[in-house]
Amino acid sequence: MLNIYEVNETNNMIEKDNLDVRTITLGLSLLDCMDSDIDKVCDNIYERITAKAGNLVKTGEDISREYGIPIVNKRISVTPIGIVGSAAAKGSDDFVKIARTLDRAANAVGVNFIGGYSALVSKGMTKADEMLIQSIPEALSETGIVCSSVNLGSTRTGINMDAVRLMGEVVLDTARLTRENDCLGCAKLVVFCNAPDDNPFMAGAFHGVTEADAIINVGVSGPGVVKYALSKVRGADFETLCETIKKTAFKVTRVGQLVAREASRMLDVPFGIVDLSLAPTPAIGDSVADILCEIGLEKAGAPGTTAALALLNDSVKKGGVMASSYVGGLSGAFIPVSEDQGMIEAVEAGALTIEKLEAMTCVCSVGLDMIAIPGDTRATTISGIIADEMAIGMVNQKTTAVRIIPVIGKGVGDRVEFGGLLGYAPVMPVNQFSCDDFINRKGRIPAPIHSFKN
Amino acid sequence: MKKAIITVVGKDAVGIIARVCTYLSAQHVNILDISQTITGGYFNMMMVVDVSGADVRFGDMADQIEAVGSDIGVIIKCQKEEIFDSMHRI
Repeated sequence: MLNIYEVNETNNMIEKDNLDVRTITLGLSLLDCMDSDIDKVCDNIYERITAKAGNLVKTGEDISREYGIPIVNKRISVTPIGIVGSAAAKGSDDFVKIARTLDRAANAVGVNFIGGYSALVSKGMTKADEMLIQSIPEALSETGIVCSSVNLGSTRTGINMDAVRLMGEVVLDTARLTRENDCLGCAKLVVFCNAPDDNPFMAGAFHGVTEADAIINVGVSGPGVVKYALSKVRGADFETLCETIKKTAFKVTRVGQLVAREASRMLDVPFGIVDLSLAPTPAIGDSVADILCEIGLEKAGAPGTTAALALLNDSVKKGGVMASSYVGGLSGAFIPVSEDQGMIEAVEAGALTIEKLEAMTCVCSVGLDMIAIPGDTRATTISGIIADEMAIGMVNQKTTAVRIIPVIGKGVGDRVEFGGLLGYAPVMPVNQFSCDDFINRKGRIPAPIHSFKN
Repeated sequence: MKKAIITVVGKDAVGIIARVCTYLSAQHVNILDISQTITGGYFNMMMVVDVSGADVRFGDMADQIEAVGSDIGVIIKCQKEEIFDSMHRI
């Protein structure tokens, strides 16, 4: 029988250490919405989303109430629109029409975000993919809760440098079109290498073509819980440190698994995966950077940061894997800047640079995330940053991503406010040397060799 | 049997258990186990209850018993047992 200490431990995690389930994401295939008439496609999409996701928000709220655990977001991910719209779209405008439909449908069912305004172009771009990519700035400026992602490379295919070059411009154009709104469009746009098909987290969630008709994916959180557990073992050896993280990650993930199973049962939609993530928020005490400090660093970014993050990320996975029957998505520690108060402080103190963040992405789950850079940064420089990150993912057979925000009209030392879970960010300096001639080459970087690994 | 865990935390006062039990009895909720401590004037109680005979929906009951708590000046939570079981039992 449960005892009072176990019950109190769980409730303290929720009440004091910000334990929550970050998202229940309903993945929906829109493949059967395809048609050669764009208006028909939009009608089909609206119909499909509102019919299938009508109960998602209420179900999330019911689970939250019954188990006493906050479920922060309810989201939808759909089949990459570059595929869904391919038979109907004659130009970028047609894709924007689909984006507006997604926005309308998502608002109708009351979810926080809808992801999947996406193109998978790791090797080459179809005409439709290219039109979708070119429509991204307008689509993100004209919609509120649509998120967009583009997969630019993979370990098996190499990096599509034509798409990397294009995305540098698209990121800048998105910033320009949403400049009145603190360039918020760029916070809803991410590029990937090795993008997972079942990621429940935004902005990169989409419902891969290898997935079933509909599926429930759940993303857990809990940096505050890990930090609190580590505060009890200050000064202990690495074995104790790693074991503590593993045990905590196990407990956090078990809650995610329970919520995923329950949502799956209530919505009559199969359970997909639990994403074992430490996802920070700007709330005090809900920070991955604070965990790094608890491990023994003065600030995130100090020498030792990459090693500390590597052990954190690995221990989270080791603890979480046994707690869930299916693990997937991004799974690991997220290191966004604007969404993590400790990261923001580290940047403002001069401890953390883009180059150090890039090194950290080699050992954690995602990539350069929610980083504000000067608005006058050149498109080729943005493409260069993207290419570096894609290369890390490609060679290390892991997912990497870039979500950076060139803040139009602002420079190093300024600050940009996104609000809510997206937080605020100090504008960070970018290396000023040119990579124009590299980025302006045409074609793609070949896939890396998989043998001779020693 | 559908089990739930009720926790009561707050400053000790006369009649906390009586009020909680009166509410539960009115809803046909059976109490299976109670453990309770008082540390430094703070009341901390956990009840294991069977809600399978309850007249109201679980979510509504959680809201109502929370309201009973704010009436007495303590925090009362009612949660399905599985969240604790899944976290603390393999």
